Amino acid sequence: MMLGSTLLLALREIRRHIMRSILTTLGIIIGVAAVVTMVTLGNGVTASVQDEISSLGASNFIVFPVRTTRGTIRPFDEADVRAVEQQIAGVKIAAGGAGTSATAFYNGQDWDTRIEGGTNPLLEAQTIAIKEGRAFTRDEEAAGKSVCLLGLKVREAIFPRGSSPVGARMRLGNVSCQVIGVMEERGQGGGADDDDVVYMPLKTVQRRFRGNDNLDFFVVKYDSAYAAASIQDALVDLLRERRLLQEAEPNDFNIIDTAQINQALGAVTGALTAMVAVIASISLLVGGIGIMNIMLVSVTERTREIGIRLAIGALAREVRLQFLTEAVVLCALGGLVGVGLAFGASLGLAAAIDVPFVFDPVINIVSFAFAAGMGIVFGYYPARRASQLDPIDALRHE
Amino acid sequence: MSAQPLIQMDGITKSFGSGAAAFQALKGIDLTIERGEFVAIMGPSGSGKSTTMNILGCLDVPTGGVFRFRGVEVQKLDRDQRSLLRRRYLGFVFQGFNLLARTTALENVELPLLYRGEKKAQRHAAAMHALDQVGLVPWATHTPAELSGGQQQRVAIARALVTQPDVLLADEPTGNLDSERSIEIMELLCRLNGEGITVLMVTHEEEMASYAKTIVRFRDGRVERIERGARSPANQGTAA
Repeated sequence: MMLGSTLLLALREIRRHIMRSILTTLGIIIGVAAVVTMVTLGNGVTASVQDEISSLGASNFIVFPVRTTRGTIRPFDEADVRAVEQQIAGVKIAAGGAGTSATAFYNGQDWDTRIEGGTNPLLEAQTIAIKEGRAFTRDEEAAGKSVCLLGLKVREAIFPRGSSPVGARMRLGNVSCQVIGVMEERGQGGGADDDDVVYMPLKTVQRRFRGNDNLDFFVVKYDSAYAAASIQDALVDLLRERRLLQEAEPNDFNIIDTAQINQALGAVTGALTAMVAVIASISLLVGGIGIMNIMLVSVTERTREIGIRLAIGALAREVRLQFLTEAVVLCALGGLVGVGLAFGASLGLAAAIDVPFVFDPVINIVSFAFAAGMGIVFGYYPARRASQLDPIDALRHE
Repeated sequence: MSAQPLIQMDGITKSFGSGAAAFQALKGIDLTIERGEFVAIMGPSGSGKSTTMNILGCLDVPTGGVFRFRGVEVQKLDRDQRSLLRRRYLGFVFQGFNLLARTTALENVELPLLYRGEKKAQRHAAAMHALDQVGLVPWATHTPAELSGGQQQRVAIARALVTQPDVLLADEPTGNLDSERSIEIMELLCRLNGEGITVLMVTHEEEMASYAKTIVRFRDGRVERIERGARSPANQGTAA
């Protein structure tokens, strides 16, 4: 018998028992949908984490002071940053930053936001791009001019849509300031919204808002040809020396390696995705056993039909192929519906939990193929039983 | 081939079970059936008529003896070879109609052609022709549940005819029908026999058997008597 006829028979049989077919396939549908959705969302979470990390800048150390056992915090200053940049081999950029918070006013609108103080090198190290306008000039940085770059949220909050805020004068607290540019979208970073921010020259923030030369942190961008660990060791040694720490005293500062965070977070999300995929695979397996169960019931229920087919002249392998085809077609249809369902579900869920939707063709194809393969595995035994029935007994079966 | 009888049974025995529990259903059947015959097999239950019918239908093999169908020794064939024999040369009609439920008359009739791998257009044409032979063309798209018993049996006959078999085997074809429908079915079988198909029928009703050209009576696993009917103008080939 030709494959076309076999498929036709299988589809007729599925249509004849449409409700039972749907219920049988439900396990496969849910299993495939769960696997594909979980992996797709996992990919989305990974992508969003990596996006967040890359906003910290790749191959960067972030250095900041921590509270000592005596309860004090000793801030870094520009001299520390210069020393790091000049004395440690492999350091490309070292740039400090300091922040505060203030209310932004423009044209009767106001908005509570953060102010970040930094320099063009810090913008570069943090991979912040300018969307409109320009970055700071050397003069603006050196003189601590009152100019600023807007984050997207601040721009939306107080500036009218459709017109460029570049060139406008706004007020931050009681400091008047000229808008020279707007930053590209930065996303979430370190628990804060990096788009709800106004960026000013470091000197301006230090003088006009904080009244000191302290830095909150500094970023060290290193040449990736150098080993991160050796640069980190050199950094610790230099900073301990500059801060006159005794042998027994612990570091009163912390160094974060963004590449390490990246790896660690990648490993965590990867492990989570794998775990959820395993759990979902179990549901797929249960779905497959459900298929076998129903196929076995179906063979018993259709004993007489099998007898008729054998009497008419069906070969054992044709009966086997028919039942196997039915199982595979059921599973494949279930897989197809599951993949479709997963597409919708992951699209919706990705939007709901605010991660990007990353379509992964491999997991879709693999899940579908796995579902169809389960039709073969779990359909084989019932199909074999059907094909081995004795036609006379089968015809007599009530 | 034409020199040989269509069906030849020599000393056919059949036992079920083994050892002390063994039961011998057939104790040596000799039977020759020529092409174009209409044979009714009769006998009380347990006389071996159904067992003989199963062997004649190549559904079962004898324990002993030689059964030749078209000169081929069927007892030497395996399961699949016998399936191919049924597919090519035999059509079955059962007491319980045995149509596929929730499947239209047309699809039921097409079924044997699916196993032959015939193209859709040919399948359809052949099935409609077979339905025409039994007068059910207007009912082609109805499912068994929508048909009367007589109509269902006619669909079953169409299914048996669709492959243009040499032999139609009917096992109590009127067993589930009232007398009026039974007569319709018997007249249909007579007509088909007149068109050249060999008909073998098991029945326990004398009235139905009287339509046959030859009546073979079974008793206790043996052929008791062979009666040549008045309806048979060219009845030459029965031997005990």
